[in-house]
Amino acid sequence: MKLIARLALILALLAPATAPLFLASPALAVQPDEMLKNPKLEARAEEISKGLRCLVCRNEDIDDSDAALAHDLRVLVRKLLVRGDTNQQVVNYIVARYGEYVLLKPNTKGANIILWGAAPAMLILGLAIALYTQRRRRRSGEDRSSLSAEEEKRLAEIMK
Amino acid sequence: MIVELGHFALVLALFVAVVQTVLPMIGAQKGWPGWMAVAEPAAITQFLLVAFSFAALTYAFVTDDFSVLLVVDNSNTLKPMLYKVAGVWGNHEGSMLLWVLILSLFGACAAWFGGNLPPSLRARVLSVQALIGVAFYLFILFTSNPFWRVSNPPMNGFGMNPLLQDPGLAFHPPFLYLGYVGLSMSFSFAIAALIEGKVDAAWARWVRPWTLTAWMFLTVGIALGSLWAYYELGWGGFWFWDPTENASFMPWLIAAALLHSAIVVEKREALKAWTVLLAILAFGFSLIGTFIVRSGVITSVHAFATDPTRGVFILALIAVFMGAALTLFAIRAPALEAKGVFSTVSRETALVLNNVLLAVACFVVFIGTIWPLVAELAFNRKLSVGAPFFDMAFTPFMVALAVILPIGTLLPWKRGRLGRALRPLRGGAALALALGLLVYAMQSGHSALGPMGVALGVWLVAGSLTDLATRSGRGGVGARLGRIARLPRADWGRVTAHAGLGITFIGICGVMAWQVQDIRVAHFGHSFDVGGYNITLKDVHQVQGPNYTAQVADMPVTKDGEQIAVMHPSKRFYPVAGVPTTEAAIRPGFTHDLYLVLGDKQKRGGYAVRTYIKPFATWIWGGALIMAFGGLLSLTDRRYRIAAGERKAQTVSRPVPAE
Repeated sequence: MKLIARLALILALLAPATAPLFLASPALAVQPDEMLKNPKLEARAEEISKGLRCLVCRNEDIDDSDAALAHDLRVLVRKLLVRGDTNQQVVNYIVARYGEYVLLKPNTKGANIILWGAAPAMLILGLAIALYTQRRRRRSGEDRSSLSAEEEKRLAEIMK
Repeated sequence: MIVELGHFALVLALFVAVVQTVLPMIGAQKGWPGWMAVAEPAAITQFLLVAFSFAALTYAFVTDDFSVLLVVDNSNTLKPMLYKVAGVWGNHEGSMLLWVLILSLFGACAAWFGGNLPPSLRARVLSVQALIGVAFYLFILFTSNPFWRVSNPPMNGFGMNPLLQDPGLAFHPPFLYLGYVGLSMSFSFAIAALIEGKVDAAWARWVRPWTLTAWMFLTVGIALGSLWAYYELGWGGFWFWDPTENASFMPWLIAAALLHSAIVVEKREALKAWTVLLAILAFGFSLIGTFIVRSGVITSVHAFATDPTRGVFILALIAVFMGAALTLFAIRAPALEAKGVFSTVSRETALVLNNVLLAVACFVVFIGTIWPLVAELAFNRKLSVGAPFFDMAFTPFMVALAVILPIGTLLPWKRGRLGRALRPLRGGAALALALGLLVYAMQSGHSALGPMGVALGVWLVAGSLTDLATRSGRGGVGARLGRIARLPRADWGRVTAHAGLGITFIGICGVMAWQVQDIRVAHFGHSFDVGGYNITLKDVHQVQGPNYTAQVADMPVTKDGEQIAVMHPSKRFYPVAGVPTTEAAIRPGFTHDLYLVLGDKQKRGGYAVRTYIKPFATWIWGGALIMAFGGLLSLTDRRYRIAAGERKAQTVSRPVPAE
């Protein structure tokens, strides 16, 4: 019990959430004065924002959040875009400063392979098991159904 | 006094549940009818006791009894009556009481409607159900007691989170819990069957209505929650892949798989062990969902860190229940021999594919939800898993599911020919493809999501209609229509639910692909154009609500020069909680919603205003309701009603005095 308690405590302490969603006030996120004049750049900024997490919120991207930090990040993204960075450079810049925690779509490096590979692996495994059991069932089923009870009895007598 | 009686009733319910766990199980094992018969009255007594306990807590909320800690923390005299009642389950302790209320309600229903079950199976089912009850009564009484008093009652309470003050969310938890907890019945049936060592067509026929009921309520509950997020959170998102949402979505996916595999057990006596496993897992995911939401492990780290007892208690519950159930399964499952044999091309295979896809989809949601914890714990990496991951990893499974679904419904049992099943679907496939291409040509961007959604949605709806048409046999239109009308309700249910899924597909893809967004500063009297609408900010004025103040905007909307509506987006401020909320103004429509949000007053005059066009948004929830209605149709199928009727006939056939 103590072990479970400790484990649960560790789980809880490490849980990646600091503010509940429901308490975040749901007012406007992107403010009109933040937006870029160039619609192409603005569209790119919005696309990048969708993949960046508001670090102090629970499961919100920076576009949907109205925390002060999200505002700073939105302005930063736009500043970098105006400077001429590519989308990837912008993301790299922010990840270098805030860590991979900021990415809503985790990368595929290291152990994250498990996360990304789990679904295809399970699918193949599931299909393989289904196919195997179906084949086996059918074979044993056919074996059984090819003999009637009478015949089974006779077979048993012969085999004695 | 009434509060203490409610508390006492809950303790009594615990003891009744202990008796209901022990005696019927021993009775069933030994074959003693008297001991088995204890289960039914015990289940009903348990329900009445919990209902009284729940009523007592509701009474405390309705009468503003601020000597009860829970009422102080979660209510306020100014709150409208509806939300005083909804406030009962708008918090941890009260919602757990609702949990056990529904648990005991399902137990009582099994006692009332279980007349056609073999006595030993019924006794075991009710015993397992009571055991779950015991665990949760203990949980409530020791870690989350809603009946604590305070020694110095304050004059007023703190009110509840204003975001929850909304009809959508008031009814969201009861529906969700009816679904979550309903799956406990499937679990109890699975365990009882494993103990009995017998899983047959009759068992599947008994377990399916309970699963269907639970799935229906889950569908409605999830839809309500998503609808609430859509209009209340202020930017029109309908699904966030938030852990609490995933918590309800995982059992839904498994329950959907269970519904389909139970059909195979019922009709063909195959997939027995798998179906039992699904029944166990479905409830397992319900418990995991309860853990995620109720332990606070994800909602608020501080709450969990300062008081981990709740989380640990539920974790222990999961460990004990799932550990015991899976061990029992491992011992007994090999003995469950399948009878039905089927070839590779058959409806059984299609349903197996459905099950594999749904189960793996559920697994994706599961691993995505817990991965941040695992990565932190095992690999010391602090990372997030958000919507972009789920959109990418989850969608392929739904696409595959939608592609095979109509074909599967047309395949015969046992063995079929793919060509023959595909032939009637050619029209539907052509229509889906043509509409998908048309939409692709018409849209401005190059997104594949919208056309794909439309094509799959049309394919599903057309497939359902084809399904119906192929069951009409031959002959004139009149004869065929007559036959369609007389089809069993299970057929109608299947067709309706599958069409509903198609409609939801179109809605989800439509909103995600073609949403139009406009953010600007609107000045009084000035108008702007979005998506064919001309919108003017005319005025913003103060309004006093029952427990809030609001800034309400008047925004006339014209289309083609004609005024079609005056919309009133507003911002509320709740002084008791000190929290503002956004009330979007939504003009729902068949092809799109117009969605207006009022923002902050700007320093240089005017207000920030967000305008959205949400194509096909209403289809998301419309489709979900149609799915649930399909479930209801299937639930009222003759083969379930007849079983209930038989029992009635027995009681009526007692000697009647001759006239």
